[in-house]
Amino acid sequence: MITAGIDIGSITAKAAIIEDGKIKGTLVDFTGYNAKDAGRRVFNALLEKLGLNAPDIKALVATGYGRNSVDFADKSLTEITCHAVGAHFIAPETRFIIDVGGQDSKVIKIDGSGKVIDFAMNDKCAAGTGRFLEVMARALEVDLDEFGALCAHANTPANISSICTVFAESEIISLISTGEKRENIIAGIHDSVASRISAMARRVGVEIPVMMTGGVAKNIGAVHALENKLECEITVSTYAQVNGAIGAAVLASRR
Amino acid sequence: MTDEKKASDPRKIKSVRRMKEIMTNYYIGAKTARENGKKVAWITSGGPVEPLIAMDVIPVYPENHGAMIGATKMGVDLCEKAEEMGYSRDLCSYARADIACATINGGPIGGLPEPDFLVCCNNICGTVLKWYEVVARYYNVPLFILDTPFVHGKFTDAAKKYVIQQINEYIEFLENVCGKKADPDRMDEVGRLSVEAQRLWQKVLDAAAHKPAPISAFDAFFHLALIVTLRGTQETVDYYKGLSTEMEERIANNIAMVKNEKYRLLWDNLPVWYRTRWLSEKFASHDACLVADTYTSAWSGVLHLIDEDNFLESMAVAYSSVYINISLDMMIDTLKKMIKKYDADGLVMHSNRSCKPYSLGQYDLSRMVAKQIGIPTLIIEADMVDERSFSESQIETRIDAFMETLKA
Repeated sequence: MITAGIDIGSITAKAAIIEDGKIKGTLVDFTGYNAKDAGRRVFNALLEKLGLNAPDIKALVATGYGRNSVDFADKSLTEITCHAVGAHFIAPETRFIIDVGGQDSKVIKIDGSGKVIDFAMNDKCAAGTGRFLEVMARALEVDLDEFGALCAHANTPANISSICTVFAESEIISLISTGEKRENIIAGIHDSVASRISAMARRVGVEIPVMMTGGVAKNIGAVHALENKLECEITVSTYAQVNGAIGAAVLASRR
Repeated sequence: MTDEKKASDPRKIKSVRRMKEIMTNYYIGAKTARENGKKVAWITSGGPVEPLIAMDVIPVYPENHGAMIGATKMGVDLCEKAEEMGYSRDLCSYARADIACATINGGPIGGLPEPDFLVCCNNICGTVLKWYEVVARYYNVPLFILDTPFVHGKFTDAAKKYVIQQINEYIEFLENVCGKKADPDRMDEVGRLSVEAQRLWQKVLDAAAHKPAPISAFDAFFHLALIVTLRGTQETVDYYKGLSTEMEERIANNIAMVKNEKYRLLWDNLPVWYRTRWLSEKFASHDACLVADTYTSAWSGVLHLIDEDNFLESMAVAYSSVYINISLDMMIDTLKKMIKKYDADGLVMHSNRSCKPYSLGQYDLSRMVAKQIGIPTLIIEADMVDERSFSESQIETRIDAFMETLKA
């Protein structure tokens, strides 16, 4: 049976198609202004890529912030449930998930069957999210894809005290003006993101093995900073960014 | 209450109409007090109102007014006005809305009637002290402060002496500002009526222990108004008698507030006044009913401490022992009892930006509940009146995820 999952996030839209417990393909596209269009667009593009037609898909589950705008979905479920199922599908030993996306970060504790035991999400604030890193990369004129890797070249990470994205940005501008090394500022930014997320993770209670998912998992600096803060290894699968969509496709197959 | 629930809907609580009538008359009475030669006192929600009723003073509640401002979605404008005046956005939104409202006679009822004096009891928070001082300066009226020590486990004899002494001072203060002696017989009568109303209110809340619940916490938020403002009057006793009878009828006829009630949840903290309907419908869409809450039961939760034959003295102890003036160990006991009584499957905690004393300790309480009873907690970050602190999509995701976990 072929099923699909669509995850509409604040920045990117993801689609995944699975067949009989195996991933057939995944795709990432920008969400843009219209979440409804984004869902249709990313789904059609993936169908085309895999040489499939819409009727081939037996069931479809939508997730992410735009989950309710995917009008062709059979069901919508939250990212919490989908990331739990996705992580369990990719690595069944996973007990703890740190998902950092564009507009929120969440931590999810799961049991051996991929069922959610507890979860926490960031409060109404962009600090500790992908958007925060994006704003900071822009302020430092660094390409987002290289942003995290530059942490490795820091000697003394700068101290970013503000937890607010807007204030942190002005703090960074003043650090630049004092002549602080760019890599140190970048490492400081990643440390501040990791502090936010690790506090939330500790509130729920970290259990190993830990997996990181979401777009920010692609950022090696963020993963390492979190490993340091949590004092444990964090695995990142090649499917990290589409983990929620995979979970949705798995849940669709269970219906 | 939802729009679909038209008059013919059996789920609609019939007493609602009577409550609206009583509250309208009450506010008309308060607004025309001066013309009728009556005195008006502003009092905090947890303050001892009974002596005011006994002295024939009309009690007015800025917090009840704050709830109305929130429910009518007028909170943001008034909070912004207060911020323009120089008050911090971190200040309680009831305080901000009320202080701003006084200067422009705005809000849903064109402002509260001016007070002749103020009664402030700090059993609910410390903010009320400064808030009432501001009001006292603004209107240039006397202020009585009743200081209730925090209860760390045991209510000590020294604390008891301290609050009883203040109750005596309170009566003296009232005699001075009203220019007449207090009548002990009348005080006894008001005390008995207050106790009777509290018993009836608890009975109404207890009806939700029945499955399916005939009333939800969202309804209790509404029907609460009288036990807060007018306990100690015959009218209040009569109202809750009627409401309690209605609950018995609903149970007999198996009328549920939430169709297909499958999950029973307990609410903690003040309501999100501008979103009660949205939240109620959101939970109902998951077949979940908020069957009870720690907030509305605060006005009957200390009933066991009141001795009708020694009302004033026992009242002093009771008012000091309300839910948010006690230690976490005592709070968890209350919470556990409620979870058992109402057979709750989960806890929903409103982390209320305005109400620090209520929100502090919620993470500890949720951990204790998970460990000792094994039920999960959902924490919603919002504010009771200031809509700027409410993010719909974030809260929706949290609720959906919580319910998915509960159902799994």
